[in-house]
Amino acid sequence: MASRKLDEQQLEDLAVGAAILGTGGGGNPYIGKLRVRELMRQGKTVEIIPLESLADDDLVVSVGGIGAPVVGIEKIERGDECYQALKAIEEETGRQITALISAEVGGSNSMEPLITAAQAGIPVVDGDGMGRAFPEVQMMTFFIYGHAPQPAAIADEKGNVVVFRQVKDMYWLEKFARTIAVDMGAAAGFADPPMRGDFIKQYAIPGTLTQATDLGRCVRLANKQNRNPLEAIETEAGGRLQFLGKITDVRRELKGGFAVGRVKLESLDSPLDQAEIDIQNENLVLRCNGVVTVSVPDLIIVLDVDTGEPITTEVLRYGMRVAVMAFPCHPLMRTERALKVVGPKAFGYADVDYQPLVP
Amino acid sequence: MFRIGVDVGGTNTDAVLMQDSRVLESCKTPTTADVMSGVRNALNTVLQSSGVDRGQVDAVMIGTTHFTNAVVQRRDLAPTAAVRLGLPATAALVPMVDWPEDLRDVIGNHYALAHGGHEFDGRKISEIDADELKRIASDIAAKGIKAVAISAVFSPVNTEMEQEAKAILEQELPDAHFSLSSDIGRVGLLERENAAIMNACLRNLSDSTITAFKNALSEAGLSAAFYLTQNDGTLMSEELARRFPVLTFASGPTNSMRGAAFLSGLKDAVVIDIGGTTTDVGALQKGFPRQAGVAVEVGGVRTNFRMPDVFSIGLGGGSLVSGGTGDVQVGPQSVGFRLTEEALIFGGGTLTASDIAVAAGMGDFGDASKVSGQPAELVDAAVARMQDMLSVVVERMRLSPEPIPVIAVGGGSILAKEQIGDLPVRCPENHAVANAVGAAIAQISGELDRVYALSDQTRDKVLEEAKAEAIEKAVEAGAKRDTVEIVDVEDVPLAYLPGNATRVRVKAVGDLDGIS
Repeated sequence: MASRKLDEQQLEDLAVGAAILGTGGGGNPYIGKLRVRELMRQGKTVEIIPLESLADDDLVVSVGGIGAPVVGIEKIERGDECYQALKAIEEETGRQITALISAEVGGSNSMEPLITAAQAGIPVVDGDGMGRAFPEVQMMTFFIYGHAPQPAAIADEKGNVVVFRQVKDMYWLEKFARTIAVDMGAAAGFADPPMRGDFIKQYAIPGTLTQATDLGRCVRLANKQNRNPLEAIETEAGGRLQFLGKITDVRRELKGGFAVGRVKLESLDSPLDQAEIDIQNENLVLRCNGVVTVSVPDLIIVLDVDTGEPITTEVLRYGMRVAVMAFPCHPLMRTERALKVVGPKAFGYADVDYQPLVP
Repeated sequence: MFRIGVDVGGTNTDAVLMQDSRVLESCKTPTTADVMSGVRNALNTVLQSSGVDRGQVDAVMIGTTHFTNAVVQRRDLAPTAAVRLGLPATAALVPMVDWPEDLRDVIGNHYALAHGGHEFDGRKISEIDADELKRIASDIAAKGIKAVAISAVFSPVNTEMEQEAKAILEQELPDAHFSLSSDIGRVGLLERENAAIMNACLRNLSDSTITAFKNALSEAGLSAAFYLTQNDGTLMSEELARRFPVLTFASGPTNSMRGAAFLSGLKDAVVIDIGGTTTDVGALQKGFPRQAGVAVEVGGVRTNFRMPDVFSIGLGGGSLVSGGTGDVQVGPQSVGFRLTEEALIFGGGTLTASDIAVAAGMGDFGDASKVSGQPAELVDAAVARMQDMLSVVVERMRLSPEPIPVIAVGGGSILAKEQIGDLPVRCPENHAVANAVGAAIAQISGELDRVYALSDQTRDKVLEEAKAEAIEKAVEAGAKRDTVEIVDVEDVPLAYLPGNATRVRVKAVGDLDGIS
C-alpha cells in the first residue's frame, strides 16, 4: 500500500465514517472537517501513509483536541494549538517528528492530526490508538501497551504551552491534562509523547482512516443509489446488525463528568423483543432481551434506520427508529491487558464478562 | 374581539377571521407574485363574507415564507459585514466559511475578526479592543455596508461583549442596522453567527416587507395592530419582526401544528398536515411543536435556531397511485395543484390518492361515480399502503408509549382513517386552514438558554431562576403576565466540564396583552 493524498470527497466520507466509529460519542467531526477542507483549499496537502511504511526509528506523535465537546463548537480554535504542542515536543526531545497519528479515529479526534499534518508538512499514519472512541487517554493502545507517558504537551490559543516532562503514569497525565485544559478554557490542543515507528507498527490499530473513509463512502453511495444503507454497511463494511427497533425510553444523568444513560428499544415486529444500551459518553453494553450480546471494547453503533447515518448519544430520544450495528474491535483491544482498561469491568460493569464478537 | 390570521404559503394564501375562539370565516386564495395583493384579497374576502366592521378587528397575525424564500432564491439580500469577537481563538474558521458560494457572493463575503469573547465559565478570552473595532467600522463604512452582524464566543452565556462592540461600531456607523448573535441563536458559534448574518442581510427586506404588509392592511381598511409569527409558534411585534426577520423561518409548519392544537382542543398530540404532495408530521407538546435537536439548514446554511421538528413524506391528496394489488405504490410523485384537473373524481385520467380515498368511502368530494369501477382489492391495498406510510411517520414523532391522539389537518386529510396504528385520529372543523388559524391564535414567548455551574447552586434553584427570567422575557415581549406559563424546560448535563455544568433551556409563553 502506498501513501495517498486525501481529497475533499474522501474527507467528507472520512468525517461520516469517523462519526460512525465514534460509537455514539467522540464529538462531532464537522468543525474539524471544515478546518481540513479550508487548509486543502489553501493549497496544503494531507498525505496518508500505511503503518508499514514507517521506519523503526521514526518518531510518531498523536495530537488531538482536549476539553469539552460543547466548548469545541463555540470557542473554535485559533488553528495551530496542536501544532504548537507538537513543536514543544520536538523542542523537548530535540528530535524531528516524522508522522502524526490519531489518538482515536471515532469522532472529532480523527480530524486534528490531519490539520496539524497539513500545517507541519508531515504525513498522517493510517491507523489510530483506539479504532473507535473512548472517553480517556489511557484507553489508547499506545498506553495500554506501555508507552511512556512523557513528554507530552498542551497548548491553548493564547500562546500558553505546558510540557509534561516527568509524569508518573497515564492516569496522572490524564488528570493534569484535564485540569490544565479546563483552565485553558476547556478547548486546547494536546500532543502525546512521541512513539517509535516499530512501536506504532506493533501497537497502532491499523488501517482505521481507510476503514472510516470506506464506511462513509458506503453509506453515501447506498443513499445516492437508493440502496439500503444498513445492508451496505453489513455486506461492504463488515458491520453486524444486532437489533432493529424503536426507542421506547432514554434516561440520562451526569456521573463523575460523564454523560451516563440507558436507552431502551423495542423491535419493530414484536414488542416482546427488546434491547437496552448502556451509555457512558459512548455506547458501552448492548443487551438483547436481558442478555449481553455486545460489550466494550467491541463497537456498538446506533444508526438511523433510513439513512444509515450515525446518531450520537445526546440526540437519542423516544420514538426514533434505529438500527444497532456492531463491529468487532481489533485483537489488540481484546488482550487481557487491554480488557483491564477498556473491557466492561473497567467501566464498572462487574457482572458483564467480555464475550468477543466473532470477526 | 376580532382578529385575522393569514398564512402566505407558496401556493395558497389562507385567511381566517376569528371572534375570540370561534372561526367566523375562512378562505383560500392563490398566492400572488407580488404577495401583497394576495394578502389584500384574502383579507377582503373574509371581511366581506363575515360582514364584520373593519374597525372592530383588533389584530392581524401573518405567517409568511417571504424571508425564507429570499434566502433560498438569493434575492433582495443586502451586502452585510460579519464582525466576530473571539481572537485569538476562532481564527481557524472565518465567518460564512461553510456557506454556499453563491449566497456568500451575493452578500459580499465581508468579515472581520476582533478581540473579545468569553470562556465557557464567564472569564474573558480577551478584552475588547476599541481601536481595532473603530478600524473595522471605518472599513465597513468605506465599503458602504449598512448591515452588520456581530457574534462573540459564548455570547449566549454573556451578551456584554456583543453589546459593547455594537456601541463602538454604532458611533462610526450611525445608519447601519446591527444583528447580535446572542439575540438570535444559542450555543454553537458558527450556526448562531450564520443566523445573525442571514438576519442582517434580510434587514432591508424586512423593512420594506413589513411596510408593504402594513399598506396591504390599511388598503383593506384595517387599522389593527399587526404581528408576524415566528418559528416557535409565537408572535413578533411589527418592530421585532423588522429587527429579526430570520425568526420567521419555518413558521408555516409551526402555524399548522398550533392551529391543529387549537381546532381540536388537544395540547399533546401528533399532527399530520396532509397537503397535495407531501405530509408534514410533527409533535405537539403542551400545545407547541417539539423543536428539532440538530442543526437545520436554510438555503444551504447551517443554523441552530428554534425550528419545529417536522418530518415529511411524499404522500398527499395528489399522490400518484401505481402498481397492482400486490405491489401498490402511493407517491412520492404527485399531480400537486393540478389535482382538480387530473384526478379521476374531477374527470381527469390519473389515479390519485384522493380517488382511492373517495372510492373507499373515506371522504366525499369530486364525482364518486368516476371511481366506482376501481377494483376493490386495489382500493384496499392502496388504503393499507397509505395507512402504513402514515403509521411509520406517526410512530416516529410519537413522544412516549402513552396513547396519544393524532390530529389530521390540511387539504388532503381525508387520506387519514379514523385510526392510525393504535392511535385515534381527529379531523377538526376548519382543518384545511389550520395554518391561518395557528397564526391567528399565536401567543408571545420568552426564552432562556444558558450554561449554569450546578456546583455553586442546586438544580432546583437554577431552574427557578431560569424560569423567572424566561417569564420576564415573555412579559417584555408583550405577553399578559397572568397568562404566562412555562411550556418547556430542558436541562442537559455537559460532559467533561467541572462543577456539573448544565445547559438549561426554558420557554415561557402567554397571551398577547389586549387579547382575551
